[in-house]
Amino acid sequence: MKMTGANILVECLLEHGVDTVFGYPGGTILNVYDALYDYRDRIRHVRTVHEQGAAHAADGYARSTGKVGVCLATSGPGATNLVTGIATAYMDSSPVVFITCNVGRHLIGKDSFQEVDITGISMPITKWNCMVTSADDIADAVREAFAIARSGRPGPVLIDILKNATAEEADYAPLAPGEHRSAGSLGALVARVSPSLAAPEPDIADIERLVEMVGRAEKPFLICGGGVVRARAQSEFETFAACVDAPVAITVMGGGGFPGDNPLSTGMIGMHGSQASNMAVDHCDLLIAIGCRFSDRVALDPKSFAAQAKIVHIDIDRAEINKNVHADHHIVGDAKRVLELLNARLTRQKHTQWKEHVFSYPRETEYSLAGDHLTPKQISDAISRIAPPDTMIATDVGQHQMWAIQHLHYDYPGQLLTSGGFGAMGFGLGAAIGAQVGNPGKTVLHITGDGSFRMNCHELATVSGCGLPIVTVLFNNNTLGMVRQWQTLIYHERYSETDMLSRVDYVKLAEAYGLSGFRVSDVAGFEAALRTALACGHGCVIECVIDIDEKVRPMVPGGKHITQFLLE
Amino acid sequence: MSAQGKGKAMERYTLAVLVDNAAGVLSQVSRLFSRKGFNIESLAVGVTEDEAVSRMTIEIKVDSEDQVTLICNQLRKLIPVHSVKVLSPARSMRRELALIKVRAETSEARNELIQLSNIFRASIIDVAPASLTIAVIGEDDKTDAIRNLVEPHGILEMARTGVIALERGGFTLDEETKEKGEFDYGKNVQ
Repeated sequence: MKMTGANILVECLLEHGVDTVFGYPGGTILNVYDALYDYRDRIRHVRTVHEQGAAHAADGYARSTGKVGVCLATSGPGATNLVTGIATAYMDSSPVVFITCNVGRHLIGKDSFQEVDITGISMPITKWNCMVTSADDIADAVREAFAIARSGRPGPVLIDILKNATAEEADYAPLAPGEHRSAGSLGALVARVSPSLAAPEPDIADIERLVEMVGRAEKPFLICGGGVVRARAQSEFETFAACVDAPVAITVMGGGGFPGDNPLSTGMIGMHGSQASNMAVDHCDLLIAIGCRFSDRVALDPKSFAAQAKIVHIDIDRAEINKNVHADHHIVGDAKRVLELLNARLTRQKHTQWKEHVFSYPRETEYSLAGDHLTPKQISDAISRIAPPDTMIATDVGQHQMWAIQHLHYDYPGQLLTSGGFGAMGFGLGAAIGAQVGNPGKTVLHITGDGSFRMNCHELATVSGCGLPIVTVLFNNNTLGMVRQWQTLIYHERYSETDMLSRVDYVKLAEAYGLSGFRVSDVAGFEAALRTALACGHGCVIECVIDIDEKVRPMVPGGKHITQFLLE
Repeated sequence: MSAQGKGKAMERYTLAVLVDNAAGVLSQVSRLFSRKGFNIESLAVGVTEDEAVSRMTIEIKVDSEDQVTLICNQLRKLIPVHSVKVLSPARSMRRELALIKVRAETSEARNELIQLSNIFRASIIDVAPASLTIAVIGEDDKTDAIRNLVEPHGILEMARTGVIALERGGFTLDEETKEKGEFDYGKNVQ
């Protein structure tokens, strides 16, 4: 049937079961928004304050639901405002389809009003992108975009549609999702990379070799990375860990892939990893890393990383093998499938002595409670006590992020939403909005610091406008804490541009957006505020006043051997 | 990370890459090299026997084989890239075409240039009152040799296509290896 390009676009979103999109309208994308108006009973559009917020929200929606997120923006500044959000999704392998519209064909290349080459700009931060110049190509592009975004190692994709293509009419033939793989440009891609349409399987010889290696190992250690979370392979991973009887560390992105209260958990590994994790990776004789890419925050010094161990790398992205750390053996595959195959072949191991050795080191640093300040540990403990156990946590970036990962337990994929790879301050509130929209029944906490919060706190307007009961827990130390920590320890206490010069009244700020605000400086105050906030049913900001010199412990400086703790 | 290690011997590698013949792919591939810190020495691209597929021949200089593996793996990961192979110099045929416009104002100069061209099996493809243009096909050291010999006459202009290469024997880039299967696994769409 004939319909406009804009309607074809929306129909294709429906083909993929999309019922929620995030975005911000503008001149060139007006036709699409006009079409959305007709579909407003079937597709909920969440308009943010700024396109960056929409990008983070679509990302948070994708991470928390496991579905593909969708984000719309107009040309020019609308498109460039997405860039930080796209890069954040790319670094953390989050499946988001970004759809921008560009100026019409007769205006392209003429430096027209709000024209920008967004496919060029986003090329290094998308898994795939394309420019669509005709309504005839829209359906094909959208189907290919969704398939690429969610398949293999997931990631963001971008479709830039010229305005004329959204207005022109073309033939649209509905296609069931099951048939997408055998039609159009997607069909050509499938035919090229997988001649048989069967799902790809990991190599069984590779699996069996690892089973042998596990049988020989005396001191095995596991790293749970973001790939376990993306593949929703938490139960397979838990079975695997129990079977190998090995301690398990999580990376920042692996939070939620392995329950934090499992007795085998050593907590986080790396720069702010626990002593148990970092000593274990240094002492183990077999390291099995699943869905992690050995970033510089994990393998601080790649040459000396796990130097006594045979390293086995399991990842869906073959290009990650031997990229940062040399692997003695690798298996390419989806974490869930690889673990299923391993679990079916493994016999139960027992490593009592090794575990005793690993857990002789602390898995969490004891913070001194001396002084009269509210501490991050006290705040985290109160959250664990009061918030429902399945509370979703979206963080920003900095000290509060590390505390939130060190002290809170994450038990299922999507429970922790954090910008691990890109480290984008300002991610948290947008991500919390996406998570709350996608999981209306869940409690969503946004844990942030004053630096990060100031970057995108305008999204409080979205929180109140959409009636989302998100609770922001703000760790306020009146400084850019993580940078200050480095300045204290490494830059001889030269506090260049880190302390906040202006004092923001965050209670009034919350109230200005129609939300409730609380300022607390002791545990009882925080507990009371959190209980009130969780019960009130609307968005709240709880400002927790903490000490300016509170530090994240332990800490190993970048590039150093993983057990060279600068702070224990 | 930079591929341009200081003081280390740089070695040249020839990569043959099959890609979708589509807009933006050349830019995507070339930008990958720059953002991973590689400098492209030469790049030639053209359509293959299959109209939907282009072949790129890319030459880079790096100081270790690890670097080559790294860039090849990053290339293989790109959706429009079909296959990538490092061509060994001993097992491949490499050719480039160079056009050299040389000053030739006297019959003496013209005669000498014609003789030189004959020795190199190059052709004279344009003769003008004060210049002539030599076309030479060969490996790039042959191009360098003829360039050096005609240089005293005065080179007015020179254009090189960059090297293109094929492996000797019946090999093709599309061989199904375990590694290729592993990369395709990641690209497979569900």
